[in-house]
Amino acid sequence: MPKDTGIGASTKRREDVRFLTGRGVYTDDLSLFGQAHAVMVRSSVAHGRIVSIDTAAAESMPGVLAVFTGEDFKDVGGNPAGWLINSRDGTPMREPKRPVLAHGKVRHVGDAYAAVIAETYAQAKDAAQVLADATVIEELPAIVDMRAAVADASNRVHDEIPDNLCFDWGWIEDNRAAVDAAMKAAPHVVTLELTNNRLVPNAMEPRASIGEYFPGTGDYKLTTTSQNPHLTRLLVCAFVMGIPENKLQVVAPDVGGGFGSKIYHYGEEALVLAAAKRLGRPVRWTAERTESFLSDAHGRDHVTKIELGCTKEGDILAIRTETLANVGAYLSNFSTATPTFLHGTLMAGPYKVPHVYVNVKTVFTNTAPVDAYRGAGRPEATYSIERVIDKMCRELGLDPFEVRRRNLLTPDQFPYTTPVGLVYDTGNYQATLDKAVELADVAGFEARRAESAKRGKLRGMGLSTWIEACGIAPSHLVGVLGSRVGLYDAATVRVNATGTISVMTGAHSHGQGHETVFPQIVAEKLGIPETSVEIVHGDTAKIPFGMGSYGSRSLAVAGSAMDRALDKIIAKGKKIAAHMLEAAEGDITFADGKFSVAGTDKAKSFGEIAFSAYVPHNYPLETLEPGLEETAFYDPANFTYPAGAYICEVEVDAETGKVDVVAFTAADDFGNVMNPLIVEGQVHGGVGQGIGQALCENTSYDENGQLLTGSYMDYAMPRADDVPFYTVDHSCATPCTHNPLGVKGCGEAGAIGSPPAVVNAVIDALHSGGHTHVTHIDMPVSPNRVWQAINA
Amino acid sequence: MHNFEFVKPSSIADAVKALAAEGAQPLSGGQTLLPTMKQRLAAPEVLVSLTGIAEMQGVCMGEGGLHVGAATPHAVVAREAAPSYPALAALAGGIGDPAVRNRGTIGGSVANNDPAACYPAAVLASGATVVTDRRRIAADDYFQGMFTTALEEGEFITQVIFPVPQAAAYVKFNQPASRFALTAVFVARFADGVRVAVTGASNNGVFRWEEAEAALSADFSTAAISGLSVSDADMISDLHGSAAYRANLVKVLTGRAVNAAH
Repeated sequence: MPKDTGIGASTKRREDVRFLTGRGVYTDDLSLFGQAHAVMVRSSVAHGRIVSIDTAAAESMPGVLAVFTGEDFKDVGGNPAGWLINSRDGTPMREPKRPVLAHGKVRHVGDAYAAVIAETYAQAKDAAQVLADATVIEELPAIVDMRAAVADASNRVHDEIPDNLCFDWGWIEDNRAAVDAAMKAAPHVVTLELTNNRLVPNAMEPRASIGEYFPGTGDYKLTTTSQNPHLTRLLVCAFVMGIPENKLQVVAPDVGGGFGSKIYHYGEEALVLAAAKRLGRPVRWTAERTESFLSDAHGRDHVTKIELGCTKEGDILAIRTETLANVGAYLSNFSTATPTFLHGTLMAGPYKVPHVYVNVKTVFTNTAPVDAYRGAGRPEATYSIERVIDKMCRELGLDPFEVRRRNLLTPDQFPYTTPVGLVYDTGNYQATLDKAVELADVAGFEARRAESAKRGKLRGMGLSTWIEACGIAPSHLVGVLGSRVGLYDAATVRVNATGTISVMTGAHSHGQGHETVFPQIVAEKLGIPETSVEIVHGDTAKIPFGMGSYGSRSLAVAGSAMDRALDKIIAKGKKIAAHMLEAAEGDITFADGKFSVAGTDKAKSFGEIAFSAYVPHNYPLETLEPGLEETAFYDPANFTYPAGAYICEVEVDAETGKVDVVAFTAADDFGNVMNPLIVEGQVHGGVGQGIGQALCENTSYDENGQLLTGSYMDYAMPRADDVPFYTVDHSCATPCTHNPLGVKGCGEAGAIGSPPAVVNAVIDALHSGGHTHVTHIDMPVSPNRVWQAINA
Repeated sequence: MHNFEFVKPSSIADAVKALAAEGAQPLSGGQTLLPTMKQRLAAPEVLVSLTGIAEMQGVCMGEGGLHVGAATPHAVVAREAAPSYPALAALAGGIGDPAVRNRGTIGGSVANNDPAACYPAAVLASGATVVTDRRRIAADDYFQGMFTTALEEGEFITQVIFPVPQAAAYVKFNQPASRFALTAVFVARFADGVRVAVTGASNNGVFRWEEAEAALSADFSTAAISGLSVSDADMISDLHGSAAYRANLVKVLTGRAVNAAH
């Protein structure tokens, strides 16, 4: 019998009531007295020197209140990279300043070099056009292709960086010689060159920010579309604006999706604050969809050569990769971690691979900044590994299921130290593989293939056994790896006098469902109804200093902090109960919402204890503070390691190249599952994005750095009819060994594990149709590309 | 979007008068014009809505075939043309999404003549007549290249008259992002021959594949066109499909339309 409340119950998302009835309150929904409107003036060329900006005409336009240019911010700080990566030779990465507004040069189409503030949006828009017309930008040759960028030292995105290289990273450099030797000695070597296509995040809600300044106190307030208000506050205050942290409140109200793109601090946030102070009025800005395409941090964009050394029987002996990773024109906050410590450390996959070496060269180009996007580095690693294993199976005539079984780590090998620096704490990869094989009815595949053939379709099946490191992250470890921040989280549990509860969490929900799941955990632990618990998030004035939501960390890290705070509540409750029940504290037990004296029927309900804490008439005030409110910070001991097996079936129309995903099975190990309904929804969404990357989505710049896919007319988002009905399972759970809830995280899994399953299935389908010359097709595997590959 | 005046006449005569104003432009369903104005790429001073004119609305059988008022939304054509001209109804029902189909009109589509639009294929393959506020134009004379038509300045379509073929089908291959036609083919079989119109594929806009028409007029089967080849010389090449790919689709989709025609 499934539970109907508490941990493990499929409680429906309470937040959906307001989201689905149009009652959410997003940044752009707020309307403030006296507000002014900002419009950014963005570069229409990819690379250029700003010769002059004549602001006079724009300033004299009707309603215009102020014009800002890069000149206004040249003396404040830059938006920093959050991770310092060292090159193989020990030198630190090159870190160009990322200004609030471009100064001196513009470096990508959409790079904002000025802003106009006016009484109305239309007036600001008109004046922005006049300002753009009054700006002289000397266009320079655009640097778009990564290979060309590193080859041509004469053309530079940043004048001070001669080869457009941010860093040349080796992981693990000390292992390089041994990996080279193992590769040389391997009986068979498979080589695959592939591109991990650049993606635009496409959150449903575009970025938006409102700045306020209160001259009476000198306080600022920033309402913004952020996944992590405290991190944004830290970046704005300590790095960019020089505002004391205690003088800035950052609020992230309802946020309509982020997928990583709203982790980062963007210049518009600093701009609206500066403008609010200058004008003494609230200043608002909301991105148009075109601006989102041009200026949100994009995802992926790797070009990789992967080599795999193996025996003829398919035992993997060594993996070696060389990757060019695009960071775009500037370093976004996590951009240097994504291709390195979120990518290279996963390059052993869930396999016992003795030798692994990863080389990543990170390259500046005249394109939008690239940063973490759902999965962040781990999809790139998984795609490379799972595609090259598939190629190995074809070259050696081996069964892809059997090859995985040969190489997967076995349950007795945990904890397992990988050759790329992680310690996997637990898992059972055979179990998820077996489960996927069962649910996907692999045994019946040939019959389905024959049935497809009758309809003129080529049917293929693709497998991916994936692992990720999430629950980001143990601060001591990421500190060693170059992180400039800690990655703990925090929660305050406030028991109100009437026994209801407010939980202030450092996690931020922008679609995940925290408002539903966190109360389930509280309800389970305290024996009270879920509806008595409210989650407070997204406001630095209300919540403890937490690091926000990304990297599938909310439950594993912030949830664990909440769990610890609940333990403190229970411990204090026992002290109060001992006093009220005139018993020894050690004799008090807590279960089902009651503090009881062991072995007696004497008990106080949780509500009675809460009331006593706030109305302490009969209370041990000499030894115990009144009130019932506890805060806990939690820093994880390790990453968590969700893993799973995905099986995709496609039908290919060889005449048109059209690929239809006809079945998709996901068997995941997320550890303990708090809310199966939400976990399944997360997998559906993640796999949907993975299918989108595999089949549809592509971000294309032309040789001049113009974005060819700058609207939904050319950027193909996956739609409902592009995805099948999913078969999703999470029953093969090995609880995480190092956090109190035993949870691993599920937010990114689908986007990580699915792209190679889709592409492997397409290759399988083409081979079944006799098109055996097709060994690889780069994503997106569009009809045009499939047809070209067949007819090459 | 810049400011503009908006008028909504209730007769063709009043619309003609309104369109004589300086900077006036007709507005039908607004599926192309309004996004263009939002992006500030167009700034008409006066918009003359054609959707309030009763004589430009609706679908009925009449002299010369099926009469479709130019301001009839796709959703209405999809519903009301189904008994008389199912292939046309199916085409209308496959344009965009429900919101588009309830706003977009046949007259707007045919006047705009987007090279990836669906309706031009039906108009050309049917040998339809485009009726305007001042004359009647045969389909073969009407389409003059992408976004180019025989319409004169200020002239607007009031009706399209479709001869109804014995059998017809429209097969569209979607551009993955926009879901416009990456390439689509309308095959119409009349007593006196077969017409094949292709949209989405050519740099010259919608066109007739005359070789296929001749072959299919002699033998209405996929075998008849199996030996034909389509030149990719004038085909569109873009992110979503090379010229060779589109040329391939022309042939593949024509075959499928022949099979689907009924």
